[in-house]
Amino acid sequence: MTDTRPLLLEVEDLKTYFYLDEGVVRAVDGVSFTIRRGQTVGVVGESGCGKSITARSIMQIVRPPGRIVSGSIRFHRAPPSNGNPGEVIEITKLDPMGKPMRMIRGGEISMVFQEPMTSLSPVHTVGDQIMEAIMLHQSVSKEEARRLAIHMFSKVGMQQPARTVDRYPHQLSGGMRQRAMIAMALSCTPSLLIADEPTTALDVTTEAQILQLMRDLQRELGMAIMFITHNLGVVAQMTEVVMVMYMGRIVETATVDDLFYAPKHPYTRLLLKAIPKLGSKAMGTATRLESIKGTVPHPYAIPRGCPFHPRCGDMIPGVCDAVEPPVVNVSDTQTVRCHLYQSAPSRDVIPLTPQSAAKVEH
Amino acid sequence: MTEHADDPSILLEVRNLKKHFPIKRGWFSRTVGYVKAVDGVSFFVREGETLGLVGESGCGKTTTGRLVLRAMPPTDGEIWFRDREQGRVNIPTVDRAALKRLRRNMQMIFQDPYSSLNPRMTLLDIVGEPLLVHGVAKGAELKDRVAELLRVVGLRTEYMNRYPHAFSGGQRQRIGIARALALNPQLIVCDEPVSALDVSIQAQILNLLQDLQQQFRLTYLFVAHDLSVVEHISDRVAVMYVGKIVESAPTPRLYTMPRHPYTEALLSAVPKPDPRRRTTPIVLEGEVADPAHPPSGCYFHPRCRYRIDRCVVETPELREIAPDHFVSCHRAEELELQGVLPLTRALAH
Repeated sequence: MTDTRPLLLEVEDLKTYFYLDEGVVRAVDGVSFTIRRGQTVGVVGESGCGKSITARSIMQIVRPPGRIVSGSIRFHRAPPSNGNPGEVIEITKLDPMGKPMRMIRGGEISMVFQEPMTSLSPVHTVGDQIMEAIMLHQSVSKEEARRLAIHMFSKVGMQQPARTVDRYPHQLSGGMRQRAMIAMALSCTPSLLIADEPTTALDVTTEAQILQLMRDLQRELGMAIMFITHNLGVVAQMTEVVMVMYMGRIVETATVDDLFYAPKHPYTRLLLKAIPKLGSKAMGTATRLESIKGTVPHPYAIPRGCPFHPRCGDMIPGVCDAVEPPVVNVSDTQTVRCHLYQSAPSRDVIPLTPQSAAKVEH
Repeated sequence: MTEHADDPSILLEVRNLKKHFPIKRGWFSRTVGYVKAVDGVSFFVREGETLGLVGESGCGKTTTGRLVLRAMPPTDGEIWFRDREQGRVNIPTVDRAALKRLRRNMQMIFQDPYSSLNPRMTLLDIVGEPLLVHGVAKGAELKDRVAELLRVVGLRTEYMNRYPHAFSGGQRQRIGIARALALNPQLIVCDEPVSALDVSIQAQILNLLQDLQQQFRLTYLFVAHDLSVVEHISDRVAVMYVGKIVESAPTPRLYTMPRHPYTEALLSAVPKPDPRRRTTPIVLEGEVADPAHPPSGCYFHPRCRYRIDRCVVETPELREIAPDHFVSCHRAEELELQGVLPLTRALAH
């Protein structure tokens, strides 16, 4: 099942490092993926795995001492109606402060953050802030921008949009602020929306409203969404393709169905076992949760070989702690970065039990 | 609620608990109204069990937990606790000396492992402090006891002289748990103990809490907003909405057979970790009611899709509709509400 939708974003071997006094933090360490037009891609991982920095790299808003060290981010503009091929822009080559990047940021690629209060200015009304975004990217008058702002507000389900535009962020509830953020992000009809934990700070019933809103708006406006979250429930409900990140790398890429029903990487499998699942007690399967031993290693001291090997139950001594695992294609739509799945294994290392791993040792 | 005074299995019983915070305005700080954070809450917890208290932010669940420990005085109501030494006491009325003795048997675990530990104290100081304050141990004995506590929660005893900043979030939560365990309490109020932690660490802490409960026959009042976590850890669950408990029942029953429309909506709103079961959640109209100006009748009626005229005028009582299943809804018997579907076996892992 190959996806025929045109490419929108190609990220290749992206590396974003932070140069601190204590050492170099390789926040994003060789990440490659593609997003197609209208596709919803999930990025999951625990805090510090590099999922937010990947998003910030695409937007060119990584703050010093962090910077993109190498790799490429190619953004494909929609082809013009005259039949010519669409323009391809190398984002890493653009000046982060320059006009071309500013036109893409907020115009063609926009972002919604976890905490709306920190991304909205407290001293301007939400209406002024969304109008600023509209006037920056579209040549419209102030009156027209205001009309568009009110239109966007009603689209994101704000009650009394004509009055709400004149409110300050602190006068709105958390859910309403997040709606305002989404309205602002979508005001210029971007082709890619990056949503970084957009519902994590919200209550569950508000979260349901916002997720429903994002689904409806995507159906209507057709933008692609890169959905960053640590919540596997949100991943299951919202995405088509999922990337699992661990210590700055993508360890597994799969369709959302394969991720949940045929996960390959030991980290993905453990993550799925570690979450309490709604309905498990009703089914009588509630037992102990599987926990991943230890903690994420310190970013200054990334383990040799596979970064996950100290916590992995399937670790093969002499292989996983020595050699960096290659990216293995398990199917057309699933890749995994793990020694267990190498197509031509040097030793017979296919089964996934500690015993078999131990056997290999001898 | 039924009378539980004679039931020795009930460790904690809360009756009609209220906490109203005054809203003060103007030069003379005139009281212009009250935020009814907790507004007539009744529940009980049996010894050795876990009662989950769920609800959305501002529903009063944290305040309820704090009232139980008398971190603040309630406006009204009774909190009966079966103390190991003093017998059955009403917490809001006990004197200072009795309260101090009581506190040995009731402890708390906090949400934020970063702000709940004093950065200037070593692990020995933090975990040993309750032992010193209550005169349980000192000197070498204190050290031994702290070392034992650290082992119990899965920390290395060599860490005793380190400061909290050297530890990760999960380890800090273990430190907080060790401190709570120091005096061998009967009841621990856990206030969102895993919501600040990553998924893999969350599982470690939940497992630890379950092991400790078995080992020390602990009773937990588990306050949280994550319905999956609460289902996993709780024997019974109580759902709060705007300062009131709207429903409580044994966990499997509450999740599969909810009887209150708010519980139904909450359960349907949780994003299910199954891509083959994409559900359209019940989207509630409007927002959570303002506890300073709650609506008339049933507080949930403005958002309820099953409301009838009676709900607007008459406040429903919390009543027992089946053994251990309490609901405050006029229509509890007639409505056919949707609970959580059992998990697909392939996903049960």
